[in-house]
Amino acid sequence: MPHRHQAIVGWLLLLPAAVLLAAFTHYPALATLWHSLHSTGKPNRPARFVGLEHYRAMADDPVFWTALTNNAWYAVGTIVPSIALALVMALWVNRQLVGRGWVRLAYFTPTVLPMIAVANIWLFFYTPDYGLLDQVRSLWGGAAHNWLGSPATVLPAIMVVAVWKEAGFFMIFYLAALQQQSPEWREAAALEGCSRWQFFWRITFPLLMPTTLFVLVNAVINAFRLIDHIVVMTRGGPDNASALLLYYIYETGFKYWDAGYAAALTAVLLLVLALAAFLQFGVLERRTHYQ
Amino acid sequence: MKPWTLALGRTVAALAAATAFTLPAAAQHISLYYPVAVGGPVTKIIDGLAADFEKENPGIKVKPVYSGSYQDTITKVLTAAKGGDAPHMAVMLSTDMYTLIDEGVIVPFDEMVKTAEGKAWLQSFYPGFMKNSQTGGKTWGIPFQRSTVVMYWNKDLFKEAGLDPNRPPQNWAELVEFSRKLTRRDAAGNVTTWGVQVPSSGFPYWLFQGFTTQNGVELMNPAGTQTHFDKPEVVEALQYWVDLSRKHQVHPAGVVEWGTTPKDFFERKAAMIWTTTGNLTNIRTNAKFDFGVAMLPAGKQRGTPTGGGNFYVFNKATPAEREAALKFIQWVTSPKRAAEWAIATGYVAVTPAAWDTPEMKKYLADFPAPTVARDQLQHAVAELSTHDNQRVTKALNDGLQAALTGSKTPEQALRDAQREADRILRPYR
Amino acid sequence: MTHHAAMRHTGQIDTVLNTLGAWALALLWLLPLLYALWSAFHPTEFSTRFDLAAPWTLDNFSQAWAAAPFPRYFLNTFWLVTTILAGQLVLCTLAAYAFARFRFPGRDTVFALVLVQLMVMPDIVLVENYRSLHHLGLAETLSAMALPYMASAFGIFLLRQTFKTVPLELEEAARIEGCGSLGVLWHVYIPLAKPVYLAYALVSVSHHWNNFLWPLVVSNSVETRPLTVGLAVFAGTDQGIDWAIINAATLLSSAPLLLAFLLFQRQFVQSFLRAGIR
Repeated sequence: MPHRHQAIVGWLLLLPAAVLLAAFTHYPALATLWHSLHSTGKPNRPARFVGLEHYRAMADDPVFWTALTNNAWYAVGTIVPSIALALVMALWVNRQLVGRGWVRLAYFTPTVLPMIAVANIWLFFYTPDYGLLDQVRSLWGGAAHNWLGSPATVLPAIMVVAVWKEAGFFMIFYLAALQQQSPEWREAAALEGCSRWQFFWRITFPLLMPTTLFVLVNAVINAFRLIDHIVVMTRGGPDNASALLLYYIYETGFKYWDAGYAAALTAVLLLVLALAAFLQFGVLERRTHYQ
Repeated sequence: MKPWTLALGRTVAALAAATAFTLPAAAQHISLYYPVAVGGPVTKIIDGLAADFEKENPGIKVKPVYSGSYQDTITKVLTAAKGGDAPHMAVMLSTDMYTLIDEGVIVPFDEMVKTAEGKAWLQSFYPGFMKNSQTGGKTWGIPFQRSTVVMYWNKDLFKEAGLDPNRPPQNWAELVEFSRKLTRRDAAGNVTTWGVQVPSSGFPYWLFQGFTTQNGVELMNPAGTQTHFDKPEVVEALQYWVDLSRKHQVHPAGVVEWGTTPKDFFERKAAMIWTTTGNLTNIRTNAKFDFGVAMLPAGKQRGTPTGGGNFYVFNKATPAEREAALKFIQWVTSPKRAAEWAIATGYVAVTPAAWDTPEMKKYLADFPAPTVARDQLQHAVAELSTHDNQRVTKALNDGLQAALTGSKTPEQALRDAQREADRILRPYR
Repeated sequence: MTHHAAMRHTGQIDTVLNTLGAWALALLWLLPLLYALWSAFHPTEFSTRFDLAAPWTLDNFSQAWAAAPFPRYFLNTFWLVTTILAGQLVLCTLAAYAFARFRFPGRDTVFALVLVQLMVMPDIVLVENYRSLHHLGLAETLSAMALPYMASAFGIFLLRQTFKTVPLELEEAARIEGCGSLGVLWHVYIPLAKPVYLAYALVSVSHHWNNFLWPLVVSNSVETRPLTVGLAVFAGTDQGIDWAIINAATLLSSAPLLLAFLLFQRQFVQSFLRAGIR
């Protein structure tokens, strides 16, 4: 095909997707930066350029810093356990265990349930006194605990819900990758006197790196994107102990109607995501071994 | 043009013409966004009211749109309004008044009411409810599903604790005393029943206003431009609430969930609870024991905030639509309908006339509990409402939760809240 | 014991322990769903009391069904999910084909820009997206809910990868038969990518069936509200939480996906394996 013809057809094929992506990803990202430099428009006071005023206010805003720190802890606390658990689940399901079809089903079920629905169920689990957790605790003589009402335990409680929701989904990807690995390797390694652990760390896990990278991307995105459970279970409380960045953005934009400040907050979130992307694709990509 | 497109075009045009002839001429269509703040088949009740109204007023079609909680409703209304798509009327919190005025989306009722009867109707509501509905000499909201905080107590648990089951605590000292007797612990020393429970999730400021009013202080000025969170009486009130769990240990520690408080009451995890009178029907249905409803105990005086939702009319509506909306609002707040609504939901009927209707009298003969909330109105103050209301109440909510979880002292928490509120309200002064 | 016997013995213990571990975790994982089933089928009094003698009832389901227009919500969700998937299949196929097999100036830069969407999902910039849609006059429609997701970076990435693995000989053979570019796409690439399409469709459907925040912001009435928003609006009453009814509503909304997964579990996993998503 002549080069110019190829270029034109290529661009035409790309056009519809490119238009939508530009409209709903790239343009909003740029518009966010623009709007973050202007005040919020009201009927009697139109928006005007205010430079870095929103960012200065953000630096002074204790709720922002709390949300940011919370999100950082939340990211670590959900990404690492969910990936680790997904791997363990995949390893288990990959074996010839009794009833492994049921086990696989059980692990994957959280994925098909909407977070907004399961949040209410978890709310019951965490309810003091007669909630499930406290009922179990009382069997051992433990005292009731206000899991969602104490700043110290609310964030871990939310993390548990997120890990529960995601691990099964990531498991499927690991499972697919594990099934590509021939069982003969294990036998060959065993003959050479290689222990289980060594085999796992030296061979299985490194070969799973592409999957890990892929799953990591998903986990990072979800750590910043999924706030449905907070809307139902804690509304950011108590005293912002469970406020995450996107939740704060939603509150600022749709509860306080402060579009300028919401834009500034979004800009920070975009920066964080960009950093995360850079780390993953820049640093980790180099370490992965593709077959 | 291809022949089939021509045929299609002709068919479409014919259908359009046909429907134009079958539609009733000049029917006024008005939409109503309403929240569901009480459980149960409220959607059916609202639809029923709309249908009855349409029967009595052919030529007006009311379309109720169920829009979630109060919070969801104001979000949806403002989102729609900013999109140029506001409804014609909506039921929203009485405290949203300043926000709606600042966003320039509502019409004061004084402009719409032209007749003498109309003006009389504007005056017919309980003054307690009008405090959050008027500002700058104009009436911006009409009371519809209003409430006060009330205290529910478990008579069986009172009996078991050796207290008179028909005498709830009348003041702060008695509240502590009774709660001490009612709080039960198991062999290991863990509490199985709390004496008193006041929820603090979501909107603790509302419950807190009970304590502050009882301590003789108000949280804001009538113009909504100044808050008084750090006044000594306010700090005292918060200290009393914090002490209930910390010092006297008759109240659960940490932040108590609003949504599960009635359930806690049914499960006998709390002997007395503070919550909205709007929960009356729910509690009546689900409590498997004898219970009572009481005014909140007095501090220096009795006190409670009012709560609940008002009708608002939006300025996007044309004059004809506004008139139709006004008609509906007047109809649904007429004594008979207001009584019907209050009986079905547990909210306080908003006019004295509604309490005098035969339906209401019959209902009360059987079950006098609803009168408590009405009688408490004389001790009621306006609910916390200022400009940029959501932000200011969040500042107070955060402070209250910080104090209740022990991360800040009441004084520190309220001082920080006041500083934040000042920062937010400065542009409005 | 001989060396082999000892190894077998530890191997058996190993298996038993692993089986127990897997089962324990599975039970734990199922707990929320089991609780939902328990409370939905028993009266409210038993929502927190696990009394095995409790009576069974379908009351909660009829109350939940009556309290919110679920048929409409189902319709909306179904429409939404289908529209998004259809859009994604078409747009992502075309774009992936372009990236995989065409050379044009700026191709790699544009691909990098596409990958940005992996991180910056429409939910992140929802305030701006809402503003854009309102300017376009689309604010209250189902199309508004679907549009931002139709060009999916994940889909483009996946399909590009798959198309790249198709041997060029097949394309050449098709061209010799007289196929143009689109013909080659239709006859060669798409059929070979079937497992990938299936896996992707499953991921997309379950993701968008359960999507909440963006539909919450965009839908303001029953006509456009999907199931997730309907559930949230349903469960968020100022009055006390009634788990029996909320869980009945939850089961009603999740039933289609859950049943579909139960029935097609095998195919689901198989398609992932064959798709070779690694």
